[in-house]
Amino acid sequence: MSEPVSFYKGRVAKGDVTVTDAGLQGMITLRGDLSNAKVKAAVKKVAKVAVPAQRKAEVTDGRGAAWMSPDELLILVPYAEAEAAAADLSAALAGQHHLAVNVSDARAYIRVEGQGAREVLAKNAPVDLSPAAFAAKDFRRTRMGQAAAALWLDDTGAFHVVCFRSVGDYLFDLLAQSAKDGPVGVF
Amino acid sequence: MSTRLQSKGRLVDTTQPMEFRFNGKRLKGYAGDTLASALLANDQMLMGRSFKYHRPRGAVASGAEEPNALVNLGQGGKFEPNQRATTTELFEGLYATSQNHWPTLEFDVGAVNAALARFLPAGFYYKMFIHPRPFWKYVYEPFIRQSAGLGKAPKERDADTYEHFYFYADVMVIGGGIAGLTAALEAGRAGARVLLVEQTAHWGGRAVVDGAEIGGKPAEDWVAETVAELAAMDNVTIRARTMGAGVYDHGFILAYERLTDHNPETSGPRHRLWRVRAKQTISATGAIERPLSFAGNDIPGVMLAGAVRDYLVNWGVSIGDRTVVVTNNDDAYRTAIALHRAGLRVPAILDARASGGGALADEARAAGIRVEAGRAIAKVKGGKRVEAVEVCLQAGEGAVLETIPCDAVAMSGGWSPVVHLWSHCGGKLLWDTELAMFRPDPARAPTGSDGLGFVAAAGTANGHLGTSAVLADAQSAGRAAAKATGAKPKTGKAPQSNDADEAPIEPVWLMPQGAGDALRMKAWLDYQNDVKVSDVQLAAREGYESVEHAKRYTTLGMATDQGKLSNINGLAVLSGALDQAIPVTGTTTFRPPYTPISMGAIGGSARDGLFQPIRKTPIYGYHVDQNADFEPVGHWRRPYTYPRSAETVHDAVNREVVNTRANIGLLDASTLGKLIVKGPDAGRFLDMMYTNMMSNLAIGKCRYGLMCSENGFLSDDGVVARIDEDTWLCHTTTGGADRIHAWMEDWLQCEWWDWKVYVANVTEQYAQVAVVGPKARKLLEKLGGMDVSKETLPFMQWADGTLGGFPVRVYRISFSGELSYEIAVPASLGRAFWDRLVADGEEFGLMPYGTECLHILRAEKGFIMIGDETDGTVIPQDLGLNWAISKKKDDYLGKRAQEREHMVDPKRWKLVGLETLDGSVIPDGAYAVAAGKNANGQRNTEGRVTSTYYSATLKRGIAMGLILNGPDRMGDVVEFPKVDGTSVKAKIVDQVFYDKAGEKQDV
Repeated sequence: MSEPVSFYKGRVAKGDVTVTDAGLQGMITLRGDLSNAKVKAAVKKVAKVAVPAQRKAEVTDGRGAAWMSPDELLILVPYAEAEAAAADLSAALAGQHHLAVNVSDARAYIRVEGQGAREVLAKNAPVDLSPAAFAAKDFRRTRMGQAAAALWLDDTGAFHVVCFRSVGDYLFDLLAQSAKDGPVGVF
Repeated sequence: MSTRLQSKGRLVDTTQPMEFRFNGKRLKGYAGDTLASALLANDQMLMGRSFKYHRPRGAVASGAEEPNALVNLGQGGKFEPNQRATTTELFEGLYATSQNHWPTLEFDVGAVNAALARFLPAGFYYKMFIHPRPFWKYVYEPFIRQSAGLGKAPKERDADTYEHFYFYADVMVIGGGIAGLTAALEAGRAGARVLLVEQTAHWGGRAVVDGAEIGGKPAEDWVAETVAELAAMDNVTIRARTMGAGVYDHGFILAYERLTDHNPETSGPRHRLWRVRAKQTISATGAIERPLSFAGNDIPGVMLAGAVRDYLVNWGVSIGDRTVVVTNNDDAYRTAIALHRAGLRVPAILDARASGGGALADEARAAGIRVEAGRAIAKVKGGKRVEAVEVCLQAGEGAVLETIPCDAVAMSGGWSPVVHLWSHCGGKLLWDTELAMFRPDPARAPTGSDGLGFVAAAGTANGHLGTSAVLADAQSAGRAAAKATGAKPKTGKAPQSNDADEAPIEPVWLMPQGAGDALRMKAWLDYQNDVKVSDVQLAAREGYESVEHAKRYTTLGMATDQGKLSNINGLAVLSGALDQAIPVTGTTTFRPPYTPISMGAIGGSARDGLFQPIRKTPIYGYHVDQNADFEPVGHWRRPYTYPRSAETVHDAVNREVVNTRANIGLLDASTLGKLIVKGPDAGRFLDMMYTNMMSNLAIGKCRYGLMCSENGFLSDDGVVARIDEDTWLCHTTTGGADRIHAWMEDWLQCEWWDWKVYVANVTEQYAQVAVVGPKARKLLEKLGGMDVSKETLPFMQWADGTLGGFPVRVYRISFSGELSYEIAVPASLGRAFWDRLVADGEEFGLMPYGTECLHILRAEKGFIMIGDETDGTVIPQDLGLNWAISKKKDDYLGKRAQEREHMVDPKRWKLVGLETLDGSVIPDGAYAVAAGKNANGQRNTEGRVTSTYYSATLKRGIAMGLILNGPDRMGDVVEFPKVDGTSVKAKIVDQVFYDKAGEKQDV
């Protein structure tokens, strides 16, 4: 068997703002009652974080959880663990109505970092990305250009973008173009 | 002669001379010039020709309202037509040509139209070109197209880039004059997040030109201090060269930033379109001066009084040595005084008001300027430039009292607040009789979702003309807006100014008031579209009483300037002709954008490769490497076929069909929708979604299913696999994946919200490869890892396992009629798996095939295709799919609809196969004709073709179609007329052309 490859094989567009194909990232769609104690415990066990609050992401080194909707979380684990983690979630939630499914391969995972990263994203997403409105751990499901996407900001000032794999190259190229177009000078 | 004065101007930097070209002529200007000021400095008064009569025209204004001075700007990939010279900042090497003339600007053949003006009245086109009818297409339209149009269309691709930017503000202030600066300052000091934009490159608006005093210091100093204070605030963003273009619902505002127009060699985007959400918007957009309607008011050298002052003060440009000022208000006196101070001559101020002006008039008289009250211009003499004015009584009919030789005329008909942005989203206007202007009615602001106003006008845009009043109004507007967003405004009084006492304006809509036909036919309202006072009056006489109708009939206000100078004068003339008050006539609708914005800015970065996202499967790279012929399927690009070297597309398709039936074909089926449906109620839910039973499907098995809309029409189809006790995997069509996912969520969220079902779209989690053909099993056995025999993995079952080391889920399903395995692997391994199949399949004659081969294979088997056999009006029963409709179920989506009278009508056309008698291929979309004609005299029809192909397997044309009583007419011959006039005849047959018993797929 060959090694799995990410949507853009690790491509990097370097600049003041650098856009990177962040490679394969384990992702699990978990749907269920997020206020349920069993769900909370299962999330804690697999993602090592509590169920995040609305529009928040708790992610450290590729493991954690992001709030997708009132009954959906995006669980992040290392890519190689995803299949097992989804099974672990299902096992922990046996008897509890839920859905845990590995979607790692359905996604493109992009990192945007550097001075001006906020502006690069604000050129493409209808989201208030000012430092006052969008801080570390904030998470948003939105669109970028013409593709659906989600993003969050980590403690180091890097943004993490998730979209469907089939439009990963579009989104990467879009962000790289916006980075190349230079700063707006607002944020 | 217009020329540059010794004194230069406040914006001109004489240390930076710049060379530019106009109509090929090399001319000189300076940094800080606009193209208009630079042209005037070079005595280039004539800048273009008008649209209809090709009259010579020069700049009449100095800013965004300019209707005349439009140029073709730039060359090649930087060419752009209809650029206003007054808002085009000069740069080194600027290249412009004038518009609307042939062969040259100076000598223009089209000007003959002007001589025929009395034969070209309002509505001329409608009246003239209606008869005889064929003339429109062959004579009139080609002629009009030849002579119409302003600038030329660009021929090359735009060389520049553009971008969007999303921004959120508490308070957005549009306009960087003293009102906008004050409002932004107040909101900023209150702590609100503020965005302030100004369309020009300079702050301060008119106040700095007119030399107002603010708080005891020159306006220029106050502006510089205020801008510095704003720039230092973290919560305030200020942008010059950024125009508030439009205000939309929910506080959405478009602002148009021109980044490199003033310096095209700079790198980076040319324009940036700001897409702003603001809680409150303040329109501090100032006012536009109105022209006066007198004969010859369009001759180059006749200019708005404020513009004459702008050119003088800002750019040190004199329009002529002798300027006659004509006015109905006190403001124009400022122009006379400024000209006088600059050492230029003002032979007379003609004040239409019988009582004359106030303090400024006294000042003018004291300076020795001749001031005549109750006087008007009967006519301006001159052709390509002003030579003299004939003076008359405003109260009279135009008898000439004297002729004053002059080079320029500065006119002022009063000021109209720029209410566009206030009005875009529904703000209403008041007619202020005293000030003769439409101004925003604060009681009827544009309202947001809370029913409260979200736009406020401030300063001159709100109808305040005095500097002190402007500052006070803007201060309160800034504070109110900040407060509405939850900020805490400061207190304190607005700075005061040294306003002169002004005498009231007297509205003048025609000069002189009793002007006869000859004068009215030369009194222009809309310069760009050549609409005169006489045209609007004619429209009124012909019954165009609504201002919106009169606008379209006369074309008043329909040009690129959208009537910024002409609208108020025009509707006042219309009101006069209809003997009704101006507010009864009302205004036309103000629509965004305020001035035209570039198409590039609207598109942003969506061009070339980023024009539209193209969805690509994990195997896409292989298809590209093989030079596949692609076709769009939704946003996907799928290989249509894989032509080899000299092969035609048709030959390639036929090769793929034959090879798949003989050896192995490989299809990238990754785009097929894959929806996981899970939960205790999932079976019950799928029984509602599909026409057949899914709840009783055994684990490990697959079943083909149909989905209908609640109106009974067939919407999607696909194979469902039962994964475990409460999990199903539903395959949808490629185009149906997102739509059916949304459809399921819709029912689960809105109707059956208490059913315990979750759905996830896992379409892109897998690369799915169909391995099809009699030798398919041999290939999989070669890869090894799992038992793919008929015994272990029979037709219509699935199994998890490995093949060649790849983790796979294998479905024994067939859309081709052949032995077929559809194999799902994680998308990240998709390309590697495909390459392995291609390599290992070589010995079995494996060839990949595209979507056209897929279509032919399924048509040979009589399988339907959503979108071919269905078109939103077809129910499963039409297609003979009754076997897939459960009779046991109480309900499914579409069941009741399918029982309606029309749905059970035996006359509904039904699916059959069609075999042409001559073996040819029936054209796509052909109709079968029946005897007789319908009520419209068209031939009756009795069916239509839904799928039609050349079958390489059967070596003949095959088709499916919906035919009246089709299944009962086996062997009948129906006729399909072709577009070339001949017909093709086809025999009605069973729709399954190949392997009717279905033995080949079940081996």
